[in-house]
Amino acid sequence: MILVNKKMARKASTWILDGNHAAAQGAKLSRVQVIAAYPITPQSPVTETLSEFVEGGKLDAQYIAVESEHSALAVCTSASMVGARTFTATSSHGLAYMHEMLHWAAGARLPVVLAGVNRAIGAPWNVLNDQQDSISQRDTGWIQIYARNNQEILDSIIQAYKIAESIYVPVMVCYDGYVLSHTEMPVDVPSQEAVDRFLPPYKPHTILDPANPKNYNLVTLANPRINAEGVLCHGYMELRYLLQEALQDSREMIIKVGQEFGELFGRSYANMFWENRLDGADIVIVAMGSLAMEAIVAADMLREAGHKVGVLGLRVFRPFPKADVMKALKKSRLVVIFDKNISYGLEGATCSEIKSALYGSSVRAVIRNFIVGLGGRDVKARELVDAVNKSLLSVKEGDLNKEYPEWICGI
Amino acid sequence: MGTRDCQHICGESSPAVGEAGKTGEWRDSFPVIDQEKCLPVRQNKPSCFLCWLYCPDAVINKTIPIQINMEYCKGCGICAQVCPAHAITMVNEEGFCPNETD
Repeated sequence: MILVNKKMARKASTWILDGNHAAAQGAKLSRVQVIAAYPITPQSPVTETLSEFVEGGKLDAQYIAVESEHSALAVCTSASMVGARTFTATSSHGLAYMHEMLHWAAGARLPVVLAGVNRAIGAPWNVLNDQQDSISQRDTGWIQIYARNNQEILDSIIQAYKIAESIYVPVMVCYDGYVLSHTEMPVDVPSQEAVDRFLPPYKPHTILDPANPKNYNLVTLANPRINAEGVLCHGYMELRYLLQEALQDSREMIIKVGQEFGELFGRSYANMFWENRLDGADIVIVAMGSLAMEAIVAADMLREAGHKVGVLGLRVFRPFPKADVMKALKKSRLVVIFDKNISYGLEGATCSEIKSALYGSSVRAVIRNFIVGLGGRDVKARELVDAVNKSLLSVKEGDLNKEYPEWICGI
Repeated sequence: MGTRDCQHICGESSPAVGEAGKTGEWRDSFPVIDQEKCLPVRQNKPSCFLCWLYCPDAVINKTIPIQINMEYCKGCGICAQVCPAHAITMVNEEGFCPNETD
């Protein structure tokens, strides 16, 4: 196995890629067969690059030009249903426009993979980064994976196909617009041979056969009913249950695929989140996406000042790893959660999930939530440090929870 | 016994008569055919059959005289609209349907 690793590692080459090109390379290496996407800032280079691959004969796929994101995902779900590996990418308003078809892809259990390039949503108009767009699609039944850097974008897309096609749940790989999408960094691009070894061809669960015709996802009534063959079939609610069950059980597959990827490519993803110096830390910073890298810089600054600080970088947001999070935060006395999104009237989405994960545990940590970086507002490591220091004051007050988050902005 | 035995993971069925239930129960008016006006009956040979062609539920048989399966006819009235001989009239359902008396 080690020999294989070395051989494979030799065949990989390091390229300087921005996040969008890393995503396009990930889709190409996954041998996608149908691509349908509509250009939107900052996702456009993903679709442009893939269309160049197809037109230049470098990728044996159908690139279907569509008039909207809704149609893009409609094409992908239809193509997936007849057995094609499909890919799409979008951002912001485009993702919002896909909303209906996101539900459809998940409900029909089609393993579509979508690159979600995180961008703010209007009004007012803004093309820069935050995570409001993908967080707003939280309850559509998709697995959501967030990348911290361009290597993770490429790796996560390849893994996403293996996860999606094993359990028939679509996967959204999210990465921060501009911060990653338009920022170049070194990325190890594995060989096609190695990826082929990792990712087997897609086997659909929907078989279209003229000799044995089927209806898929027609009107399904609330209650179970006996079909024409005399078999008791699911009602609508049983199918919803199965989707929830698939996501509940998907953790095992996500870890397994991440581990296999590590064995073959030397970069393990056998985790639901990234841990940075959590051992012995009593202060934990939580962030998701590229902000989780920024948080490591902030943690280092705080460590220099004598605090025991670790970082929990959320990677898989759905399914949310409640048990793992509870375990990782067991020894914390302060958890500072930074969100690039806001659930209006409540708090940042990841903060709610963390609190939910800790309910019923022995953890009695002070939890503070800061809303940062909306609409591309720069987030400096120094600001994260200040937020942690400010939160430390609350620890002394013993005020565990605050009703609403604080915002790092100029108001 | 639960529904897992069907082994479906999404909505799935085979095309079959009655897959959506007895849709005739949805009807609030039914088609009555005046055989003296119906073209295939008058000519005593297969002709016209526009009602058969347009019926969205495929419940009309191309026979002479035509037959309508009232178990699944939803009473939409398209047959009455397309009949060039005005041989079909939609009659409000009032708790009975003469076509079902057999």
